[in-house]
Amino acid sequence: MTANQIMFILFASMIIVFSILTVTSHKILRAAVYLLFVLVSTSALYFMLNYQFLAAIQLTLYAGGIVVLIIFSILLTSQISQSFESLGWKKNIFSALAAIAGAILSIVTILDYKFSATSEAAKEVDMRLIGKSLLSVDYDGYVLPFEVISILLLAAMVSGIVIAKKAGPSKTKSPNYNQK
Amino acid sequence: MNSGIPLQYFLILATIMFFAGIYGFLTRRNLITILMSVELILNSVNINFLAFNRYLYPHKLEGMFFSIFVIAVAASEAAVAIAIIINIYRRFTTINVEDVNEMKF
Repeated sequence: MTANQIMFILFASMIIVFSILTVTSHKILRAAVYLLFVLVSTSALYFMLNYQFLAAIQLTLYAGGIVVLIIFSILLTSQISQSFESLGWKKNIFSALAAIAGAILSIVTILDYKFSATSEAAKEVDMRLIGKSLLSVDYDGYVLPFEVISILLLAAMVSGIVIAKKAGPSKTKSPNYNQK
Repeated sequence: MNSGIPLQYFLILATIMFFAGIYGFLTRRNLITILMSVELILNSVNINFLAFNRYLYPHKLEGMFFSIFVIAVAASEAAVAIAIIINIYRRFTTINVEDVNEMKF
């Protein structure tokens, strides 16, 4: 067993364990921290696949940006010690059955399919190539999705500001609604 | 490079992560945990894109660029969703999906 395989097994088991803990944990802040572990292990997998730029994006944007945003909104909207009331066992069991059945079906299909590897040489992914491809209009260029994504980001920024700043009179149905 | 690790291992890993996200999406009743499940789903799709790109088409870069775009979409989705969640919390003082059942205020 090579060092590569040992690293893969380590990160894969971390991803599996922590992603299941993310969706089953009863404390919301712990779920967010487990999600952070999942995202960091995923970026380690990207490093193993030799996509250093994407691994850096994953670390800064997901682990640095989105998880911090989620943790802040958790602190704004719920008590830290608050734990969820568990759902009915029937709903839990049927959701678990649906998820496990889907997973088994997909895994059987994956193991059944014969992937044909290519014989072409791997392309070295460096920053210069990424920047040129993002802004080129040639066959290998991605300038149209790049522009679309930039408009999407602008729209998301504007809508985030507009939605979150509106401070109307709060209409509460009952004062002690969330203090169960 | 990635010697000794078949492509199928990456795909199985992404599958398990995806269906963990599906399970969380079905069972959670808090808006923020639903958002976290969606992040898990998007992340597993990214793993699939990159593994396919590296193993089957190493001379192209489609998978990598679409992963970048998926990450950008996920970031903007998280920002807008959290703005909506905070607004909902201001109006209803709860973010439990079963208690938020009025659309017009």
